[in-house]
Amino acid sequence: MSKPDAAAATLWIGATLYAVFAGADFGAGFWQLPGLRGKDREAVRLRIERSVAPVWEANHVWLVFMLVILWTGFPDAFSAIFSTLYIPLALAALGIVLRGAAFAFGKVVEGNARRRAGVLFAVSSVLTPFFMGTAIGAIASGEVPAAGGGDPTASWTGPLSLLVGALFVASGAYLAAVFLVRDSWFAGELDNARHFSRCALGAAVVAGALAAAGIPVLHDDARFVYDGLTGPGLPLVIASLVCGLVALGLLVRAMRRGFTARISFLVRPAAVGAVVTVIWGSFVAQHPYLLPTSLTISDAAAPGATLTALLVVFGAAVVLVLPSLALLYTLSQRDALK
Amino acid sequence: MGRTGCRSTIPLVADASSNLLAARNQMAFTLGFHIVLASLGVAFPAMMLIAEWRGRKRDDAEALLLARRWSKVVAVTFAVGAVTGTVLSFEFGLLWPEFMRRFGGAFGIGFAIEGIFFFLEAIFIAIYIYGWDRLSPRAHLWSGVPIVLTGIGGAFSVIAANAWMNQPQGFSLGTDGTVTDVQPLDVIWNPATPYEFLHMLLAAYMVTGFLVASIYAVGMLRGRRDRYHRIGMAIPLCVAAIATPLQLFVGDTAARAVADDQPAKFAAIECIYKGGDDQTEYLGGICTDGKVKYAIGIPGLDSLLVGFSTDTDVTGLNQIPDNEEPPARTMLHLSFDTMVGIGTALMGLALWLGFLLWRRRTVPDGKWFLRAVSVSGAAAIVAMWCGWIVTEVGRQPWIVNGFMRTEDAVTKADGLWWVYAFTVSLYIALGVAAVLVVRTLARRWREDEGGEVPYGPHGEEPA
Repeated sequence: MSKPDAAAATLWIGATLYAVFAGADFGAGFWQLPGLRGKDREAVRLRIERSVAPVWEANHVWLVFMLVILWTGFPDAFSAIFSTLYIPLALAALGIVLRGAAFAFGKVVEGNARRRAGVLFAVSSVLTPFFMGTAIGAIASGEVPAAGGGDPTASWTGPLSLLVGALFVASGAYLAAVFLVRDSWFAGELDNARHFSRCALGAAVVAGALAAAGIPVLHDDARFVYDGLTGPGLPLVIASLVCGLVALGLLVRAMRRGFTARISFLVRPAAVGAVVTVIWGSFVAQHPYLLPTSLTISDAAAPGATLTALLVVFGAAVVLVLPSLALLYTLSQRDALK
Repeated sequence: MGRTGCRSTIPLVADASSNLLAARNQMAFTLGFHIVLASLGVAFPAMMLIAEWRGRKRDDAEALLLARRWSKVVAVTFAVGAVTGTVLSFEFGLLWPEFMRRFGGAFGIGFAIEGIFFFLEAIFIAIYIYGWDRLSPRAHLWSGVPIVLTGIGGAFSVIAANAWMNQPQGFSLGTDGTVTDVQPLDVIWNPATPYEFLHMLLAAYMVTGFLVASIYAVGMLRGRRDRYHRIGMAIPLCVAAIATPLQLFVGDTAARAVADDQPAKFAAIECIYKGGDDQTEYLGGICTDGKVKYAIGIPGLDSLLVGFSTDTDVTGLNQIPDNEEPPARTMLHLSFDTMVGIGTALMGLALWLGFLLWRRRTVPDGKWFLRAVSVSGAAAIVAMWCGWIVTEVGRQPWIVNGFMRTEDAVTKADGLWWVYAFTVSLYIALGVAAVLVVRTLARRWREDEGGEVPYGPHGEEPA
């Protein structure tokens, strides 16, 4: 593996972690949208807050990680993307600000202000991944020229962009619902488990429909990626499909049994697998391009020493961050010392 | 550029000079907002740990309560600071795409390192807050140490990136103007890194120390003169008072280094129009038409400060090519004077504290002393903002000193003034909300109620 490819792989690792953890985080916000909170709104809200709170910030830093890898390791691509897609990216940044504010302040205030903060949190949790998705869709469909300065509006409002934006929202909602089913079940909240199972099924159907609708659009608007996904990326696409179906099957089985038996531990890995395989499918499909088909990974790459520095930093991050995260996770699962 | 920027109508269509001013304003405003939160994120954990250490060591319930509550404020400010910091990352691309394209391969290295520190700090803040009732006292105290260290490390790596913009090195330029042959260690350890880093680190400790102390000083002035408020004021105030004399030394060294390494910036902040020896030091005044009006001039002092002798040659603006002179020199000059003036006043406050502690051996609570402390926090923030104006505006017209002009770096996108206006409104709303939330927390604490914060375990608030 060449050095630029290795650096690009760290970018995809960041994207994977961001899509899974922050995606689920956004999804948790999605399920707080008015009208989606089910019968017992308060119980649903509490469950979501309890599940999201502990690792919120840790999720968020993956985005910064990706931005830094992109601008340091692939400055040409970073510049091209931001000088073309500045509208959706600025809107995503706005969503991040509003979401963070609603989250940080919403826990402290009470009454009406807390409800309003909840709605703001939910709405910004939908807008942020949507606009990020439109940007990814624009890149896939070749709307970002290597030199930057592409069409600021038409580039990200095509059918593929809108589809990918919607798919980002739906897959986050799906992941969150699956996580929340498990959390609810472990906390003995059977009503919540039922509620979130229905949510997960709904989101899975929508995400599946969007993905299916994406096939012809991909064929027309992003031929290179389409060929990649149906060629070298096909095993990963099939794996995604299998994972998605397994997760669905396990959920349906648990619902049929009325959540009396233990939910299979496989349900989370299967749901996560469905998302992760698609992301790596895209890596395989668009290789050797970073911006299909205008800029390759090696053409966009920064000088070799910079990439080495990035890879060293990445290695250090893995060595330092993983044990710390494990410690936090253990601690958050542990009961208070009395 | 510069003076023509304040137009009566907001231009809807991009033109280069208008975009440049809008983008610089946007960057300055969001950075000014973020730097206050970042300072709290860097320095507040140390004060929180000192409070906890004192609480454990002396079985001091009030100090322990302070540590517990401060950890919640740290969580809120870190969460908001993470968001404003993310906005800055977006702005590098949204506002300065050409800069990033050509120099990202060198400029970005510091940020890559910072990423680790930022991540670890986020994790350990969560561990610390979760750990209050889940870890042994000893383990909990130790779990706070990484927060302090990662705060310092994060500040170092980001400041190294900024210092590199002032003293770029460790790369060559390719034919297309992008960096090649990068030497990452030289990029990080550029000549400006040591003094800029120490200057900002001490600024963070001063801002946090004086700011937190000022909040308790206000409480004491309002009659809440209990032991809790005294310790709440004393811990951060002592930290800030230790940082202040160090800061005067580091700042003085930094100014001399700027005179050597960035003569155009130094000439602008000191309003030196004609280079040469025996330079007059001007305090205050307006820099216009080749001279300084309404200033107090001390003959020879500027040369003395730069080289310890009135014979020291100091570069003047007449030796800088016209198109490389920094703009807005009166603002630069007054910003520098304000920063030094406030720093000196805070040094006076630190000496006053030292004197009172020496004579009375107890936390001072005289009315005038408390009044002075209660304005010190805001003053420290103003001084820090002035310092950033000096270093950033003083580098203009360059974004990478000597290599790339800021006007060549700015985006060609439309509507930047609208974005700027919107951002200002949004951040003001956020700032107001943040203050209200912290006040709500404080009121609830006074009423002895619990309360939840981001990261916090659910429904736990032992007093």
